[in-house]
Order: sequence, then C-alpha cells, then structure tokens
Amino acid sequence: MKPDGLESMAAGLACPLPIEEDSIVQLAHGGGGRKTAHLVDSLFLPAFASPALDQLGDGAVFDVGGQRLAFSTDSFVVQPVFFPGGNIGSLAVHGTVNDLAMCGAEPLALSAGFVLEEGFSMDDLRRIVAAMAAASAEAGVPIVTGDTKVVNRGRGDGIYVNTSGIGRVRDGIQVGPDRARPGDAVLVSGPVGDHGIAVMAARSGLEFHTTLLSDSACVLPLVRALLDAAPATRTLRDPTRGGLATALCEIAISSGVGVSLDEDAIPVRREVRAACELLGFDPLYVACEGRFLAVVPAADCEQVLAALRALPDGDAARRIGEITDGTPGRVVLRTGLGSHRRLERLSGEQLPRIC
Amino acid sequence: MCLAIPGRLVGICGDGDLRVGEVDFGGVSRDANLAFVPEAAVGDYVLVHVGFAIAVIDEAVARETLEALTMFEVLTDEETQNRGQVQVSENLYLSRVSRGGVG
Amino acid sequence: MRHLDEYRDPVAIRSVLDRIDGALAGPATLMEVCGGQTHAILKFGLDQLLPERLRLIHGPGCPVCVTPLEQIDRALAIAAAPDVTFCSFGDMLRVPGSTGDLLLAKARGADVRIVYSPMDAVAIARREPDRRVVFFAVGFETTAPANAMAALTAAREGLGNFSMLVSHVLVPPALKALLGAEDCQIDGLLAPGHVCVVTGQRDYEDLSARFHIPIVVTGFEPLDLLSGVLAAVTQLARGEAGVENQYARVALPDGNAAAMRTVREVFDVCDRKWRGLGEIPASGFGFAPAFAHLDAERVFGVSELRVEEPDDCPSGLVLQGRLLPTACPHFGKRCTPDHPLGAPMVSVEGACAAYFHYGREAVAAEEACA
Repeated sequence: MKPDGLESMAAGLACPLPIEEDSIVQLAHGGGGRKTAHLVDSLFLPAFASPALDQLGDGAVFDVGGQRLAFSTDSFVVQPVFFPGGNIGSLAVHGTVNDLAMCGAEPLALSAGFVLEEGFSMDDLRRIVAAMAAASAEAGVPIVTGDTKVVNRGRGDGIYVNTSGIGRVRDGIQVGPDRARPGDAVLVSGPVGDHGIAVMAARSGLEFHTTLLSDSACVLPLVRALLDAAPATRTLRDPTRGGLATALCEIAISSGVGVSLDEDAIPVRREVRAACELLGFDPLYVACEGRFLAVVPAADCEQVLAALRALPDGDAARRIGEITDGTPGRVVLRTGLGSHRRLERLSGEQLPRIC
Repeated sequence: MCLAIPGRLVGICGDGDLRVGEVDFGGVSRDANLAFVPEAAVGDYVLVHVGFAIAVIDEAVARETLEALTMFEVLTDEETQNRGQVQVSENLYLSRVSRGGVG
Repeated sequence: MRHLDEYRDPVAIRSVLDRIDGALAGPATLMEVCGGQTHAILKFGLDQLLPERLRLIHGPGCPVCVTPLEQIDRALAIAAAPDVTFCSFGDMLRVPGSTGDLLLAKARGADVRIVYSPMDAVAIARREPDRRVVFFAVGFETTAPANAMAALTAAREGLGNFSMLVSHVLVPPALKALLGAEDCQIDGLLAPGHVCVVTGQRDYEDLSARFHIPIVVTGFEPLDLLSGVLAAVTQLARGEAGVENQYARVALPDGNAAAMRTVREVFDVCDRKWRGLGEIPASGFGFAPAFAHLDAERVFGVSELRVEEPDDCPSGLVLQGRLLPTACPHFGKRCTPDHPLGAPMVSVEGACAAYFHYGREAVAAEEACA
C-alpha cells in the first residue's frame, strides 16, 4: 500500500481508501489496468522472479539449446459463455495462439484445461469443444494435452478454460514490449472494441441489441505476412483487457518511450461507437480478441500495410501513430480537432455511467 | 452529468406509462420508456437518458442551429445529388453554401 | 450517429473558435456546471483550443462529487445489511465513503449490482421477491423523472421489497449560493442542457436577472459547447445579461411537462447537504409523504447517520470553481484516482479526475506533436 495512506491514517485524518482495501481481491485486479499491474508487480514478479517473466510480454521467450521458444498461458472466464461471434472455447484457442504470435513465434502445440461446474450442460460442453477443435484445426495448432476438473454446483460459473501454448520463435525475429524506438510507426490490424461490446450486448442487464460480432479470431496469417514484410518489427501486442490504450501504455512504459496517436486514424466500427456513447465508454479501452498492434520501423510501414491489406481480415489495417522521444511512458492522443489528451491506464474496468 | 444520447425511434408498443420504444442509436438499439414523450412517433429522433426518452429532437430547429453555426446547408440523404459534399456521418452530408453577413 | 456527429465537425468548430476570439473583448471567466460538459471539454480538449484570456471553470455539476460522505456511508450500511440487493449506476461505485466504496463492499460479499436504468432495479425487485432491493437514486433534475417513474411503478405494483436511497440535488439553488458569494468571479454561465430539457429555463432567467449575468442553456457536443461560449462572450461584450438557449433542438423554455408532473407527484423539494458546499436550503428532492414508505433511509434506519467530511480535500473550492484541480497542492501527489482524497478525483467526470485522466498537468507541446 502506498506510504501516503499510512501517513494520513497516522495523522488521524480519514483516508478514504484504507489499507484494508488491498487485503482482499477485487474485480478491478482482473481488469487489466493499474490494479492488475500492481498485483503483478507487487506479488507475482517478486515471488516468481525470472528473467523471462520480467519481460512481461504476451508470452515468455527463452532459449533452449540454441532454439528460442515462446511459452504463453491464458485463462478464460467470459460470461456469457456463448456470445455473438464465438464462445469461450474458440476464444481460448485464438487467445493463446495469438499470444504466441505476439512473441514472433510459430505455435507448435496447445494444452486445454477445463474447470466445469456440476450441472453444466453437456450439450453446451460439446459445442464449446467442437469450436475449440475447429479453431485449432484452422490455426494448424494441435491441442496435445489437457485436464478436466469438476467442482460442486455453485462454485464455478459454468465453465472456466485455460489454454497454454508453446511455439518456436522465428529466426531473425526479435519482438518485445521493450523494443519500441522513437521514430517507429504504430499500426493496428483492424477496428477496435468489437469483442468487448459484443460480449456486453449479450449480457443481461445492459440490454442493448446489435448485430455486432466479437472479433475473436486467429491472427497468425496476418502476423506471418507482417513479419515477412518487416522482419525488423519491434513489438507486437494484442489489445485484450484494457483495450488499445492500455496496451500502448504498457509498451510505452516497457520501452521507456512516448507514443503519439492520431484519433481520426484509429478504426472503430459505428456499432462500437454507438454502444460506447450509450454506456459512456471510451472505445480505446474496450477489449479486442482478434486484433493486434504492431510497432515497426517507419521505413517498413507502407509495405507492412500493403501486406496486411492484401489479406481478408487485414483490409482495415491502419497506421495510427508513432513512437516519440517524449516523456517515457506517456501516450498522447491528437484529437480530430487538433487538441491533445493523455491516455493512461484505468484503475480497473470501465463502468457504465449516466453522468 | 446527464449522459443523454440521440437515437431514432423505430418501433413502439404499449401505452401510457408503459409505452416503450425501440430506439436505434446507429448500429445499436435499446428500448426506452416513452412516458415522457407522448407525442413521439416512429421515425422521430429522441434523446434517451437512463432508459427514458426525455425529449423529441426538433429536426427543423436542429437544422437551423447547425446552419447558423456552421455556415453549411444541412442536407439529408435525399438531397445529396449534384452537390459537393463533406461527409460527416453515414447518413448526413453537409454542403458548403456561401453566406453573406456572417454574425 | 445522427444528431451527434454534426456537432463534432472540425471545420465548423474552427469557424466558431475564430468567432469566439473575435467576440471576446477582455478576459472573462465562464463556469460550466454539468459534469458531462466538463467531461466533453476535456475529452475534446476544447479548453486548449479556446483563447487564453477565456477561463473555463467547472462548477458543482457532478452529482457523484456533491453526494455527501454520509450518504455514501448510508449506502454502504444498507448494502451490508442482510438480504439486500443494492443497485446503483456505475458512477457511484468507486466513490469513497469512510470505510471504502461500493465496489469494495461487493468484494466483501455485498450484493451490489450495476444498473443502467432505475426501472432495471424495479425489475430485479419483481423477479426476486426474497431480496430487499434498494436503488441509489443519485442525480440532478435530469434523472429525477426516471427515478420518480421507478418509485411510481413500484408503488402501483405494491412491491414491498423495493426502496430507494434518494440523493437528488437541484442546480439553481447551488448556483444561487455560488453567484451570491462575495468573491464570486463568474462572468457567465453555461447552464446544463439536459437539466433544462426536463425543468425548462425559468429558474435560470431569475438567476440571470438577479445577478446580471449571461446564462446560456448549452448542450454537450463540442459545437454546442463552443456556441454556448460564443453566445456568452457576445453578451458580455455587449454588456447584456439574459438567458439564451443554444440547445433549442431539445430544450424548451418550459421544459418537459410530462416529466415534471411525474417528478412533482413523487418528490418534494427539501434541504440537502452538498459535499464541499455544506447544506443549501431547498436544494434537493426527497420523497413526498405518499411515497415515504419507499425511502430506504427509513426502511433501514440510517437517517440519523452523521459523518464529518475530512478537511484535507479542498473539494468545496474545486466544486465552487475557485480552485483549479491542478492548483490543489495534493493533486497528483497525495491525491490521485488510485488514492483519492475526495470525490472529484474519483468520479470520472469530477473535475479533478478529468484533469488527471486527460493529463492536464503537463502535456508539453513538443511531446504532443507527432
């Protein structure tokens, strides 16, 4: 806990957020924002200290007998389990395949772990598993091992899935969140925020209707094309929890650079914009599951965009900004009106607002 | 305070305090209670706050306001032929007109 | 989006900015009252685009920020009571009370649920008769009709398990207190457009006449805000002081009669305590006697709860527009969104949080340039 909190309590003044706040896990710790970062920095990193972990990329990269391997894991707890454009199973396969791709790796194999709640529909499980098999086949990455556990009714929210994956980092490719350099171009592979809004629309409570689908997809073909066109690519990152803004903040912090973005260049579907207006959300913080950010040397930008746009899912790829030598860790957005605002990581998740 | 968003009324059911409309916000739709806009009809644009329509947007006044502010003539889809256009949104175009006596 | 995008057109905005520059005689201070307007100004960076001699200050327009500490504590006490399902707009969940916020209460086991509309809370009460459902009815006059309708609906259906914790505040009495202060530096006001959609502008005509100050009923999009500014500075330059309506496409001079009828049926005007401003007479809504059985303060016996505001947060000065967030000694140091000293740093459109989030303390021109 911050020293400030201790001091003001000692002085007898009411500290609005007493230390006790950090004695229990809160939803915000899973939000992908500052609280998540704090948890990782203060608990996991010191406990598990290792050079590979300290990179804090989408996966860990380490050397085995002269071959660089990438290793990644992700757990999926999405509700509802079935959403427009996918389900927890397809999401789980795409998620880890994509994380390995973000390491510049060719995925070799996946594991799949299931925690099932007693009473969960077997038909639903079949649909989820079928979706995983299809996603795995489409990506060309087999699921080679797994595990299943069942917990008592009331203890498990239906189904949780974990996927882990291992891949071989391509020769000559060195990507990492700490490699962005001033002058590099920042690209996004397509419109942002589709997944988060599609899932929210499917949840009861907010009750809005849209034909929008989650963008959950395997990005391997796009990443291969990008790395073929620009082997000197510095960073790849998929903007999941916390959205594009959070991913860029993390890159800026890791690389010790500034980021400058052009708001008008960032592609956002009209449905995502409309939903965000309704909820009071900023689309730049809404999760994607089939998109990625790339930081490439400026000279490579045009051919990278051409390569991406030649593929069906890459037609909306855009250059959205550049890396600068401004204040390290700072991401600045230039609005369509010529003014500027800073993008920071949120504390936790965005909450719908009325004000 | 007061996040209220404009959307198009595309369907209505019920009546009185239970009169509810389906409002299209441009790709996303949500139901809104119409108790406070008894005059609203399908096709109107309404302003929605916390699930209630609190006003019907007066298209004529909106058009005048915009024209006075922007020095643009506000066109609708049907009026876009043979004019130079600046596309602002998917179904609204602004065409620059020369005006004298700017206030 | 129709009726939204047009008001964000950069060319039109540039043109109005030029006209503001031309119309602005000397230095002027304008206050906008509504948190949503603050949010829009900072999101679009309008304060950066306006001439420097025009000072924009942010008034007590954030109902989240002005909700007193003791009301949050009442909410926390109710949320912790057995069998309670506590429903709230998202805005209120991170506002700190004395022992944490509603999200922390949820983490500790309270059944706290976000709703988008007060009718969602009524629906929960209907669906879950074993739960005591409480809705946190916060807001200005804009939200009062919806909250009133929720109360009416629950009363008509005889939903014995539904109640509301009311914390409604009214804008004109707060403005009267601010404008009446001796060292008031406000030259003109942008009146909250959506409040006026509901209430009309008559109270603002009284204020304008009493304090000889231009007031412009203003919307929320960049072009709305800037045209409100233009109207205000034009009046100032001419030495005029009246109410203009920039938001006439939705705000009528007498407001929404159907909405106000429902409000008057359910609520009476009462005195209210404002965080940072103290008690202002006749500045809030409370239940009319016929609806008193829906008052959660009564149902849960928390009316007598009294809490003193800690005095290290000058939120009162910020809410009165007398202190810019960046001028507060704690801003960005002891006080950040992660460990806020007061509500304006927590609520997303509280002045302090907005300044912090949009990075006002130092966006140097050279960093911001591509």
